[in-house]
This record gives sequence, C-alpha cells and structure tokens, in this order.
Amino acid sequence: MISNTLPLGLVDNPRLDQWIAFDAPGRVGIKTGKVELGQGILTALVQIAADELDLAPERIALVSGQTNAGPREGFTAGSLSVEHSGGSIRLVAAEVRAMLIAAAAARLGCSVAELTIDDGAIIRHGLPTGLDYWQLAPGLDLQRKASGMVAVKPAHLRRVIGRNLPRIDLPGKIFGGAGAFIHDLRPEGLLHARVIRQPWPGAQLDDNSVADVADAQIIRRHNFLAAVASVEQMAVAAAEKIAAHSKWSGGTPLTDASTEPRWIVEQPSIDSSNSRGVRPEVSDPARRVKRSYAKPFIAHASIGPSCALACFDAAKLSVWTHSQGVFPLRDQLARALHIEVDAITVHHVQGAGCYGHNGADDAACDAAVIALSLPGKPIRVLWSREDELASAPFGTSMVVALEATLSPGGYPLDWTTEIWGGPHAQRPGAAGGVNLLAADALPNPPARPVPIEIPEAAGGSGARNAPLLYDVAHQTIINHIATDLLPRTSSMRGLGAFANVFAIESFVDELAAMAGVDPVRYRLAMTIDPRARAVMEQAVAMTPWDAAKAAGTGRGFACSRYKNRAGYLAVFVDVQVDEEVRLQRVWCAVDAGLVINPDGVRNQVEGGIIQAASWTLKEQVRFAEGRVATRTWDNYPILRFSEVPAIEIVLMDRPRDAPLGVGEVAQGPTAAAIANAVADALGLRIRDLPLTRDRIIAAVATEAS
Amino acid sequence: MPEQIELVVNGQARTTASAPGTPLLDVVRGEWRLMASRFGCGSESCGACMVLADGKPIYACTTPIDALAGKAITTLEGLGDEAHPHPVQQAFIELQAGQCGYCLSGIMISAKALLDVTPKPTRAEIAAALDGHLCRCGAHARILRAVARAGELMAERGVDV
Ligand code: FES
Ligand code: FES
Repeated sequence: MISNTLPLGLVDNPRLDQWIAFDAPGRVGIKTGKVELGQGILTALVQIAADELDLAPERIALVSGQTNAGPREGFTAGSLSVEHSGGSIRLVAAEVRAMLIAAAAARLGCSVAELTIDDGAIIRHGLPTGLDYWQLAPGLDLQRKASGMVAVKPAHLRRVIGRNLPRIDLPGKIFGGAGAFIHDLRPEGLLHARVIRQPWPGAQLDDNSVADVADAQIIRRHNFLAAVASVEQMAVAAAEKIAAHSKWSGGTPLTDASTEPRWIVEQPSIDSSNSRGVRPEVSDPARRVKRSYAKPFIAHASIGPSCALACFDAAKLSVWTHSQGVFPLRDQLARALHIEVDAITVHHVQGAGCYGHNGADDAACDAAVIALSLPGKPIRVLWSREDELASAPFGTSMVVALEATLSPGGYPLDWTTEIWGGPHAQRPGAAGGVNLLAADALPNPPARPVPIEIPEAAGGSGARNAPLLYDVAHQTIINHIATDLLPRTSSMRGLGAFANVFAIESFVDELAAMAGVDPVRYRLAMTIDPRARAVMEQAVAMTPWDAAKAAGTGRGFACSRYKNRAGYLAVFVDVQVDEEVRLQRVWCAVDAGLVINPDGVRNQVEGGIIQAASWTLKEQVRFAEGRVATRTWDNYPILRFSEVPAIEIVLMDRPRDAPLGVGEVAQGPTAAAIANAVADALGLRIRDLPLTRDRIIAAVATEAS
Repeated sequence: MPEQIELVVNGQARTTASAPGTPLLDVVRGEWRLMASRFGCGSESCGACMVLADGKPIYACTTPIDALAGKAITTLEGLGDEAHPHPVQQAFIELQAGQCGYCLSGIMISAKALLDVTPKPTRAEIAAALDGHLCRCGAHARILRAVARAGELMAERGVDV
C-alpha cells in the first residue's frame, strides 16, 4: 500500500506538526492545505485520519486552507487531493500513532505488542491502562520530520475507510446554520462593495464618464472601479448606475468570431508534437479516415457568485476567499499589490461549488484592492450573476482532429490526434503570471501567464487524455496552444480531457461502425489494460439489453481512464431525439481503486455525469459587440431537474489498490456516450458541441439535402 | 423615518425599517441574519433565494419587502433543526443529497411546498416542482430521490408538518 516515494504534500511539508496537533483534550487536529469545493474532500480526509489513529471520526478537528496554519499544498485540483493530502495525512497519522504507542509502552514498562488503542485510549491485554493520546502527546517530538516509513493499516483492519461516513459539512447547509458559506460572513463594521468591471481586456475608463452617486463611495484606481456602501442594496444600485454611465475605450475588444467552432484553429499558437510506438508499414491511402470535433468556450457558472472579504489593518492584509489555492493567491496578491507576503494572511472559507479556476481569486483581489483604499474597514465583494458568467475565466474552446490508418479488419494501426485550444493551466502564479482581474486594471498591469502545457507525466493539460487507452501500434499527438488568446481561459474540470475524450470516443465509435463491429467489442479488441476491460464489461453487464430499439431512440457507449493514470469509467447512455435530445437512462461503471467513501464517490460521479451532460447538450459562451454576450441564466442555460436522467452507478471493488481520483473522470466519457447515442438515434453524426436543438435541426436538414 | 413593516417570520413577529422596495432577501440576510436563503442571480432564474409566503414559494431576491406586510414567511431555518428535522431535511441528510449545498435551501423550500399539497409525488412531479431551481454541482438525481423519500417520511410520521 505505501509507495516508495513520499506523497507530494509530505515532500513539501515534512514536519509532523505541519499536519497534526493535540491542542484540545479529546480532539486531534488534522491540518490540510486542500479545501472543500463541494466534493466531500474534508470528510474523506477525516476518514483517513480516524482509521490510522484508531479514533472515532468525531474526534478529528480539521483545519483547512489557512496560510497561517497548516501545510502548503498548492491548489485543490486535478483529482489529486486524496492522493497528495490524504496520502500524507495517512503516513503522518500512522507514524504519530506508532510514536504514541511506543511512549505508552515506555511509561508502562511493557512491550508495544501488548498494547492496542481504542478511540485514543491505550489498552493493555484488553484492559484500560488509564493512559490516552492526550496525556502522552506533550512528550512527543512532533517537530521532527515524518519518515514516511511506518506501515499504514492493511485493508482488513480499516474500519472507517470504505464506509459511507456522512459528509461533515452537509448538516450546516441542510439545517441553515449561519456561516456555511463565505457569503454569510458579516464582521462588525462591514462595508459592501460591487466592482464595475472593464468590459474587455485593457479597456480604459473615460474620466468624465464616472457617474455621481449619492449613497455610495466610489473607489477608483486607474481602470479599477467599485462602489462601496454600508447597505448592500445601495452598493448594488450605485454600481448599476455607474456601469450604465461609464464609457470605455482602447484595449482589445473580444471578437464575435470566437463564438465559431473552428475559430481557435486560426489563432497564433505554440506548437509541439510527439510520437510513440513503431509506425507500421501501411500504404493504401483509402484506409485512412479523418474527422474533426469541436467544443466551444464554456463557463464555470457557479450557482453562488464569487465572493471575498478583505481588511487592511495596521499594515496587515487579511483576505477571506473560496480560492482553490490560498498560498499561491497570497503570493500573487503580494506581487500585484506590492505588499510583503508575510503581511498577508489568506483564509479559505467555503463557496458555492467550484469546478476549476473560476472567479474566486479575482474576487479576492477585488476585495484586497478596495481594502487597501479604506484601511481598517472590512470589505465584502460579491460578484453579480452577470460577472460570474462573463468575467470568470472560461474553459477554452477546442478542436480535435483525429486521423487513423486502418488495418484490413478496420482497426487503427497508426493514429494522429491534433489539438487546438487556449491555455488551461493559468491559475494565479502559473507560468510567472499574476492573472487577477483587478491587478490588470491597475497601472502597469502584470504580464498574463505564458501559455503552458502541463507535462504528460503530470497528466497533461490541453493534451490531457490524448494518449489512447487503446493498443495502437503508433500514435502522434500534435498540440497547438493559442497564445495571447482573448477571452481569458483557464482550468476547468477535466481540462483538455473533456474535448479529447469526446473526440476520441466519438471517433472510435465511427470506426467501429465502419468496421461493422459492435462498439464495445471493437474497443475490447484494442484494450490490454485489464482494469479498463473490467469497467467496460461491468457497464455491459449492468445495462439491460432486452428491449427493442424504439424509433427516435439511441444508445451510446464510451470509456476512458482519466489522465491515463486516475480513475476508470465506462458508461452507457440512452437518449430520445426529436429535435431536442432527452437523456433517458445512464449506466456507469467506475474503478476508483481503494474507495475512501463509496457514497462520496457516487455523488462525485453522478454530479460529473449531470454536469458533463449539461456541457454537452446546452452550454456555449457567445461573444458580441466586443464582450461576452452570455451573461444570464436565460442565455447561458444549464441542465434542469426535468432533464436529468436516472443514473445507475457500480463501483468496482478494489480495496487493495491505491485510491484513484474520480472528480473529473466522468466529463469526457459522458459527452462521447451522449454524442454516440445521438448518432445512433439519428443515423448521422454531429461533431460540434453543444448538441442543441438548432444543431440537430441543421444537421438533419443538411443530411436531407 | 420610513414606516415599519410587520411580518411573521418562521412563526415569530418581526418588523423591519428597510426602505420600501428592498428585496426580501436583503432583509432576511442583511437585517435578520437568517443566512440560509441565498443569493444566486437576483432575477428569478435560479431559485437559490426561495422562501414561502403564506405557504407559497416566492423568489426573495425580487419580492419587495413592502409587498409582504402581514404575511407569514418561512425560510429554511423555519423548517426544523438538527434535533427536530423537518422530514425534507431528514431525507436530504439520509440520502446525502447535495454537493456544495448552495442550492439546497431554496430546493428544500420548494420541496416542502410540493409535499404539502402532493404528499406522494411522482419523479416527474418532483422534477416539475423543482424546475425553477438550478444546481450546478449535478446533485439533481439524489435530490429527486430525497424529495420522494421526504414524502414517505411525512406519511410515516403521519403528521402535518
Ligand atoms: S437569487 Fe432569486 S432566483 Fe436566483
Ligand atoms: S449542490 Fe452545488 S449547486 Fe447544487
């Protein structure tokens, strides 16, 4: 179970006391740099710690995402939290437990083998010794480095891992306790602020266009503009008035053409390519097939707009944020605002669901800029719905062109994946850039992050999941990352995997149809990885096959291993298509390795399927008149309750394997399975997302003519 | 000095001096510090702010406070607490229906309003009742199951809640 290398969290934060504390009697403090995004990570970490320490889960007090307490763990992203933070906590807890039991043995003058632990109490031959963790802990040296050498519990001794421990954060949200979200914080003397954003990058504010407002104070720093008032409604009204009057010029308005599916292909880019395998001898060009697939810009569209609080007092800046990375945010705030890092404290407080690099960091910078102008006053910034949809970074539009050279039997021998897209990895601090909107509005704005590709060994970004799951003799991946791209793009759930898996799994279906082979059988014939085969076979086994296919209905399949190194997922989707696509049923098999919390994994996968279905069927950011045009739920619709299908999920039983992240595992396969089902229903293929009513009508009309 | 507006909130008489036209949501959160009703859009398109006025779901983000004088308002806080959960809350806990939870308060309010008139709703009836609510995390499937389960719990308890 223990790998030879330490988890990243422990490499960066080697001291035991960076992770664990015995400050309060009867409680054990566990510190993590990872934060709750609605994914249930805190509950999973409690389970891991409770198991290794032989404690009831209620005794674990988690501290999460505070720059002044706890490990520095970068971002909560990439389905890596259980691996990085969970792996670290597990090793630390195992080691501290061993230190505690050794200390008890020394006190009692007995051997360690005579002792066991029951909820923190030391037991000798089944009888209480009167000693417990809290008596022994003061004698431990927790400042020493973790060795990572103490064995963690074997599968059969675990009692909390693998159980459906209820989410620790849900009761507060279901019973309406105050303070569940950052939006609920109301410190004494609070001032409400609303920001009037630059309408496009680099836009200059016309000095004479700033309206007078009676009930609010205007904060202006160069092109940064905000209205501040003690009553929220007054800040809102003032900001609306100022926005309506303000005039902007210069800068770089967005082009309407970026709405078009293949606009991204024309943009200047950084290009790279790599090949793997041995190119087979194939000469017959008739056996070559090429198809191109596209996905538009999409919005995070969090249900709660971004929010942040900040206070600048006695030369110290405190910031409350729902950012995914409190330490990187602190570093970039220091750079952008010219303050010492040590003078800034960043506290994580939960926000609404977060699926990547959204507006959280930008809102934090907004609040910080205003706080610096109004020392001593706690400032609360809340974004409008319009800004949440239009100003947060987007998931980039992408085009994926696939080409396969086929064997006489119709299986690919040589395969090329060519990808065009904007950058994904653009979080604050990435590739040397600050990337905070308010900082961009100040004089001498910092450079944007350089577009980069995350190395394949770390899962890739634009080319994430471009390497095939299948056994193909030779593969080439060509990757074009657009430079100087406007609109602003960054990490969104799955990064490039969404478009790449959508394209690859659609193409595989097309190839299977050409070969006249059942799509699952076609895939199995190319799949060596036994775990990939197992999820495919499980998906087949759980899906009913008796009913005759009704007119206008279709079934689609897709499979993928997220990042080629995390969880596996295979999925069947049934649809009904009559101009509009209706999802009917979904059957899904998931291999997540060791599952810390089965219901938590199901919840993540269900959510991933529904969100991916929404992206696939409905979502597209549009641009008009130099700005983002999709600014309300009316023109950026997402999937509704009446459109959600029944979903059945089976988790593969793998208690002896390492845990594999599943937060993003469903995105790509769901899109492809829906597209394959729609093709099955219509008898024709639509290769550009979203699969809206208009697209279907147009495709059917083109086919008919 | 603006006139005081009187309402009953979660069974308790309340007054507010907020200016006429102030949205109920601002009064509920800003003045009374009942934080469960949430801001999501301010334009009746997400349901995060849903509360009951005389038992009927309304959007607190757009309903002006002066239009509600004398009415009985129920927010999520008025449904129940951990010691005495409303069947809707009990079912949402039982089925772990939620991810980030931001959408849940408004959804549970609409669920209560539905179950008060339709104690045994079908999946389609539940979905229709919740269609004015958005959930970005994709917790829909288990939310639909939780509302059905809440109906069962209400029948089991045999009480009018
Ligand atoms: S906040 Fe009222 S409907 Fe969205
Ligand atoms: S649970 Fe996050 S929006 Fe519904």
